[in-house]
Amino acid sequence: MSRTPFIVRFLGATPKQGWIAIAIAAAITLVLLPALHLLVPASSPFHVSAYVITLVGKIMCYAIVAVAMDLIWGYTGILSLGHGVFFALGGYAFGMYLMRQIGRDGSYQSDLPDFMVFLDWKALPWYWTGSDSFLWSLLLVLVVPALVALVFGFFAFRSRIKGVYFSIITQALTFAAMLFFFRNETGFGGNNGFTDFKRILGHSITAPEMRVTLFALTAAMLLGTLVLGRYLVTSKFGRVLAAIRDAESRVMFIGYNPLHYKLFIWTLSALLCGIAGALYVPQVGIINPGEMSPANSIEIAIWVAVGGRATLVGPVLGAFIVNLAKSFFTVAFPEYWLFFLGALFVVVTLWLPDGVVGLWRKLRNKGVAA
Amino acid sequence: MTAHTIDREQAWEDSTSIGHPLVQGEVDLSHNVILYLDNVTVSFDGFRALNALSLNIDAGELRCIIGPNGAGKTTMMDVITGKTRADRGKLFFGQTIDLRRMTEAEIAHAGIGRKFQKPTVFENLSVFENLELSMKMDKRARVSLFAWLDDDARDKVADTLRLIRLDGEAGRPAGLLSHGQKQWLEIGMLLMQDPKLLLLDEPVAGMTDDETARTGELFKSLAGKHSLVVVEHDMAFIEQLGGVVTVLHEGSVLAEGDLATVQNDQRVIEVYLGR
Ligand SMILES: Nc1ncnc2c1ncn2[C@@H]1O[C@H](COP(=O)(O)OP(=O)(O)OP(=O)(O)O)[C@@H](O)[C@H]1O
Ligand SMILES: [Mg+2]
Repeated sequence: MSRTPFIVRFLGATPKQGWIAIAIAAAITLVLLPALHLLVPASSPFHVSAYVITLVGKIMCYAIVAVAMDLIWGYTGILSLGHGVFFALGGYAFGMYLMRQIGRDGSYQSDLPDFMVFLDWKALPWYWTGSDSFLWSLLLVLVVPALVALVFGFFAFRSRIKGVYFSIITQALTFAAMLFFFRNETGFGGNNGFTDFKRILGHSITAPEMRVTLFALTAAMLLGTLVLGRYLVTSKFGRVLAAIRDAESRVMFIGYNPLHYKLFIWTLSALLCGIAGALYVPQVGIINPGEMSPANSIEIAIWVAVGGRATLVGPVLGAFIVNLAKSFFTVAFPEYWLFFLGALFVVVTLWLPDGVVGLWRKLRNKGVAA
Repeated sequence: MTAHTIDREQAWEDSTSIGHPLVQGEVDLSHNVILYLDNVTVSFDGFRALNALSLNIDAGELRCIIGPNGAGKTTMMDVITGKTRADRGKLFFGQTIDLRRMTEAEIAHAGIGRKFQKPTVFENLSVFENLELSMKMDKRARVSLFAWLDDDARDKVADTLRLIRLDGEAGRPAGLLSHGQKQWLEIGMLLMQDPKLLLLDEPVAGMTDDETARTGELFKSLAGKHSLVVVEHDMAFIEQLGGVVTVLHEGSVLAEGDLATVQNDQRVIEVYLGR
């Protein structure tokens, strides 16, 4: 038998219905919604507003994070409560570029970002070198979150830190990072972070074309993440991850080194979060240390739990359900949002251990049986 | 990690310099001993679970280990497979492989397979997948990312499925098997690794008489090509296996010999059989 080429296997991991769903999602996000936003006049009932494009774009960034979280939590059994830090690092890495693109259009008309002028800094700190280059910034987006994850993961997994201890130190990680970024001297704008962006590659960031481009890129990234995730979890690598989740010591006694498996999926997960963060910042127009707050990372886990762990599609649904509810509540009854979120989490934990996808499967099986 | 490699290379050179023909990565059985424990001590908070234990297992041997609860039988397997570290003593696999310097995964790769007292299979994976993952192959992460199950591998899994009589259950999640079937699956996982030495901790616990007898036949057919160390309380099963019996008590060897000799040993009767 001839060996199947890798690309065939990669694409074959997603079943036919999956590809059909992806094609439909792509048609909607890459063609339909952009066209309805750009080409249909605002007076028409079919016009899609900037608000909707930005909201859906933002939630798709969260959905990428949720899928990344699912790879490490749902499929490998490692609950990270610090994934917000990787998202924020990706956001900051690209935010530096956005700050430099403001040029002299800031309030102080200086070459330096406003917050540096305010702090009376005379020159850019060394780590801002190259931040005016788009490509260098993309490189930072890919490398910085992944590198932090790699180093952190190496020490944590090598010391065999597991379960709730791991979750707690990831909370500590994101909390420490938040405090670090809060400091003005750190050189990332302190508690205000970065905002007032003007341009990407010289084009206005508020132009509808730019909005739609970022939206489409995010959609493509999300769909790509799902295809990659599907390949990983159906590969032998993915079966070893599931085995680690079930009985890690058994995995060692049959000759696998779980460290390498965990480190790879952990770092990949962080990398995906970093990319999501970089797509998020230009769409919402701000990044500040609040993104690293421990509660933010916990919320990521809630998206995954609500949608259904170890299902890939579930986390995407979870991210949409929770964040659409959040947009509704924060407008209608802002003071009740956290109560609602808490209640949702309790309900899911007690009655829907496999989330909405699990519920749907159960109903469908009943339907088949009846 | 590098330290291990260097040390092992050193051990390899030392042994070649004293004249052993040796292929690196192969177990050196030139003295016909596959497992050598000398004066091994393990203590937990001052309590000696293993107390200067010395034991030799010959290549191809089928050895039974008996002893009262808490005698240290499981701890002995923990120490051999790297799960627990010895405080003192020597632990060699063949003539040259120093087990004390190796990680669990390295020990497994060297050719020691283990079945746990409490059967542990991957509950959420299918029976087939449990065997597939156990198969002897390159187990590095970057290889697994691109690994592809070929027909040869499928055949191997199918053979083992038949041997452990689970061919009808290949697609079921392992968590749904009966206790006895899980024991068989774990034995199958062990066979897929094709280890030179098999450590089996109470392999027939929870099996029916019929299943027990079949397990005995299987183990006897494996001896010779593999070496087996079987820990059991079931005397009929031990009788069926034949072979040398070692009695452990309070972390060291109390008696050793064929079953009849051991059963007539006064001290053995006192601490174990007579109760
Ligand atoms: N991790 C540990 N920490 C503390 N004590 C331990 C540990 N593991 C084993 N022991 C103790 O060491 C002694 C030997 O235990 P071991 O499990 O090796 O006995 P065993 O011969 O396998 O008994 P059984 O027939 O009940 O399986 C016991 O007294 C046990 O309580
Ligand atoms: Mg025991």
